[in-house]
Amino acid sequence: MQSLYRPGNSLVHRVPAGLKLALLAALGVGLFLTGSLPVVAGAVVLVVAVGLLAARLPWSALLVQVRPVLIWLAVLLAFHVLVTDPRTGAVAVLRLLALLVAAAVVTATTRVTALVAVVERLASPLRVVGVRPARIGLVIAMTLRFIPLVADRAARVREAQAARGASRVGLGIVVPLLVQVLRMAATVGEALDARGADDAPARRRLARAAS
Amino acid sequence: MRWGRRPAALEEAPSVERTGIELRDVVHSYGDRTVLTGVSLTLTERRVGVIGANGSGKSTFARLLNGLVLPTEGTVLVDGLDTATRAREVRRRVGFVFQDPDAQIVHPTVAEDLAFGPTNQGVPADEIERRVADVLDRYGLAGHRDHPAHLLSGGQKQLLAIAGVLVMRPERIVFDEPTTLLDLANARRVARVIEELPQDVVVVSHHLELLDGFDRVLVFEDGRVAADGPPAETVPWYTARMG
Repeated sequence: MQSLYRPGNSLVHRVPAGLKLALLAALGVGLFLTGSLPVVAGAVVLVVAVGLLAARLPWSALLVQVRPVLIWLAVLLAFHVLVTDPRTGAVAVLRLLALLVAAAVVTATTRVTALVAVVERLASPLRVVGVRPARIGLVIAMTLRFIPLVADRAARVREAQAARGASRVGLGIVVPLLVQVLRMAATVGEALDARGADDAPARRRLARAAS
Repeated sequence: MRWGRRPAALEEAPSVERTGIELRDVVHSYGDRTVLTGVSLTLTERRVGVIGANGSGKSTFARLLNGLVLPTEGTVLVDGLDTATRAREVRRRVGFVFQDPDAQIVHPTVAEDLAFGPTNQGVPADEIERRVADVLDRYGLAGHRDHPAHLLSGGQKQLLAIAGVLVMRPERIVFDEPTTLLDLANARRVARVIEELPQDVVVVSHHLELLDGFDRVLVFEDGRVAADGPPAETVPWYTARMG
């Protein structure tokens, strides 16, 4: 998600994030309630059309999220062909494909901040038991932010070990990476303090700049 | 005493008399290891540099100035506000830019990260939008507004980190080795940005040329201020000392 948002001003971009997530959830439930091949095939056509025409996304924005799981869809189809029947396999594959494309459309047209704001709203009833929804939102945003960073640090550790003759890195990466991540976490904690994370109002007001 | 042009938001803030940053007999220890001993000084200058060998206490000193680190003994006052008891107010007045911008950028995309600090301060959304647009434009990041932060270059990340502090409108900014991880071109660019800032700045750096034109330079040695004066005097003293 951290690199999947495509700025734009289409109708789909303007739909509130909460509504998009609700429609995505409804689509998921609906697709799993039906076993009709024409319906799930129609759903695929519909979400692709929404992505390309209504959201004005390029093919690449949809493919980038679908491509990594194509192999698993093929395995799923082959499994059903061998164990059940081709029609059931087609329904299962198209069902997942429709959901994947729909999720791609949502992530490509919705800023992370807006999605996080929805999560914060959903978590707001937890306030009565002392949970701070803003903290949950911040954790999600920071997770998305730091996944590529930790991956980058892991790659550097791997390179450093390879440069010193390690032919297979394996679990040897864990300790140095953990040390780096913990050190970085200490600085991130300071940065959060310095940037007023503790000053956040009880109900975080997300800036329009990032919504 | 020379003050810079004050940021607009602070002119609207409740006034606290600007008396500078004062350290009184400050000692700081991490467990048994004492990293600062008996530091007493007042910073009222517009541009203050801090230099010294690794482990001399520079970074701890910098963190004391906005309450990120509290003194084990002694007191740090920012415009009369004690960092130990008025930390939030102090941090609103004193911004902090870290050496590694990756540790300072906490949101996935550029604009979202810029909005983080002022959102925490409770700044109205339209004002945040205005400030974010302003710094994006000023630092050549306008085209990167919705880009993932991790895809920016090192120089752009450091500019984003600085911009993330500027949108909070502090009246002083502490920089902890802001150019250490940058190549020459980006280091010069960041140096120019610091030079043009209207805020008072305290810059910890190993890049001595960054401190050209500063009003005052402190040299730290073994947790103490070993030299204190204009850069024309302190920098050559330090350079000779380092051999």
